[in-house]
Amino acid sequence: MPHPQFRKFPIHLLLIVCGIGMVLPFFWMVTTSLKTPLEALRFPPTWLPSAAQFENFVEVFRQIPLWRYMGNTVLITFASLMGVLLTGVLAAYAFARFKFPGREITFMLFLALMMIPMPVYLVPSYMILFKLGWIDTYLAMIVPWTVNIFGIFLLRQHFRQLPEDLFEAAKLDGCSRFAALFRIVLPLSKPTLVTITVFNVIGSWNSFFWPLIVTHSDRIRPLQVGLAYFSREQSTNYTLLMAATTIAIIPLIVLFFVAQKHIIQSQARAGLKE
Amino acid sequence: MRQATIDRLKAQDILASMASATMKRRLKETLAGYLYLLPALAVLAAFRIIPIILSVRISLYDWGMAGAREFVGLGNYIAVLQDSVFWKSLLNTGWYMAFSVPVQLYLSLFIAVLLNQKIKGLGAYRTIYYLPVVTSIVAVSIVWKWILHPDRGLLNYILSWVGADGLRWLQDPRGLFQLLVGDRQNLLPYALRGPSIAMCSLIIMGIWKGLGYNIVIFLTGLQNIPKTYYEAARIDGAGRYRIFRNITWPLISPTTYYVLLMSFIVAFETFAQVWIMTGPPAGGPLSTTKVVMYYFYENSFELWRLGYGASIAFFAFLIILGLTVLQRFVLEKRIHYG
Repeated sequence: MPHPQFRKFPIHLLLIVCGIGMVLPFFWMVTTSLKTPLEALRFPPTWLPSAAQFENFVEVFRQIPLWRYMGNTVLITFASLMGVLLTGVLAAYAFARFKFPGREITFMLFLALMMIPMPVYLVPSYMILFKLGWIDTYLAMIVPWTVNIFGIFLLRQHFRQLPEDLFEAAKLDGCSRFAALFRIVLPLSKPTLVTITVFNVIGSWNSFFWPLIVTHSDRIRPLQVGLAYFSREQSTNYTLLMAATTIAIIPLIVLFFVAQKHIIQSQARAGLKE
Repeated sequence: MRQATIDRLKAQDILASMASATMKRRLKETLAGYLYLLPALAVLAAFRIIPIILSVRISLYDWGMAGAREFVGLGNYIAVLQDSVFWKSLLNTGWYMAFSVPVQLYLSLFIAVLLNQKIKGLGAYRTIYYLPVVTSIVAVSIVWKWILHPDRGLLNYILSWVGADGLRWLQDPRGLFQLLVGDRQNLLPYALRGPSIAMCSLIIMGIWKGLGYNIVIFLTGLQNIPKTYYEAARIDGAGRYRIFRNITWPLISPTTYYVLLMSFIVAFETFAQVWIMTGPPAGGPLSTTKVVMYYFYENSFELWRLGYGASIAFFAFLIILGLTVLQRFVLEKRIHYG
């Protein structure tokens, strides 16, 4: 009988081959970003640049306002996350711990809204944003995304599971319900809050369709939209394109490596809660 | 007797004041509840609920950039149904789903099962498979467009190792089935030609990008199956295939259902890939990658035919709803909730 890890050799081989396929596009992106335009177009291609051209990265910053784009994205991501957490915690608290007529119906309405695909509300939302004078401002990318219904759903599930005694004790100690939310409920809800944060950050960092439509000027564009336009304008300048793309994905990749366990667990957990 | 009456009156009084206190408490509770809901409700009302209602109205008008021009009733809906490009976009989305959803499902389940064999380096594998999931669709589209370059692309280079001729991936409008049966003269009817090679390129990339997400979901599902089941089956002498068929597959079915639903929705919402990778004009070659979402975008925000776009949006909604209901209906009986 061979050693069990030896028997697993074919499995490893398969997983490694597939793994190479997963990583290869990233490798190709970085390697192209470090080539000269001439070398990038060589065929058959070279796997590694003959001399790494770090100037490409300097040149990208000269051609497009990447810092500006990134700053915009950070601002939008952060502001909408704050909104999502605030509206989410309050709404979930009402759904989970208050009794009032219309509660269940309102909750069902929220869930139903989650089913509606974006095209249905995109055009009128655009008109409303236009009437408000918000088109081509940060507000247009932040305010409509300060509610995350799935987040409310997750928080409500969690709040409902908290033991009743906790709230009774708080009441006896003269703690108001509002204070109880911040002193008792939230400290016990960290994992759920992290899950929502993870989803929201990845979601807003990578969002494309909405900002594409509500922005017109370059200075307001988030990273993804700026990058997409750059790819249309410089569609054959592969070295610069790959350099820009590399820069654009580094922040999330770093975040992923730092918070990997949280991210993967969160996504898996959310999947199961459905 | 008198005392009893007084007592009763007192009791009624107390009860009444208690009732009014309850009423007051209820009212307070109701007000408080809605106050907590208010921020979320306000945002949802302004950017979801009111827009959805407005959308119905817009769809009933010939609505241009400057506003409503003319009431047309169901005219837009009828026009959409008679629009051959709409049907083509629906077919394109259909091909995308028909290929990407099952391939992704089986491939990710297969890899998840492999990863679940108490394998060394599980964390490393999971990280690697998950990388494309956290990367933006815009970024991966740009990179894949370069990889799929017809003359200089990495993929054609790799194909050349095995002596295969490269394809003009994103520029090739020929259908997959058309190519397989060797139909050079476009004899096959359009609907039978299969997804174009350009569409296949988007499908391949979509599978690559979404695989890791499904693997992680499946892996969690697999880990939740009690080990004792497997031990019992092994004692009974069941082989690997039978264990999978009779234990894993039925017990993982709620996860499979979730993955299936999510993949259908993600596939239906394909947009950025088309905007970035195809064309010019995007949706090409020969509109073979023009998916429903892109057709909606083109009508609404490039041609500014907002009424028409709104009608397309409602058909899209109906289709998503239909798919969800159909899946529930068809699969519900097969799902085994532990």
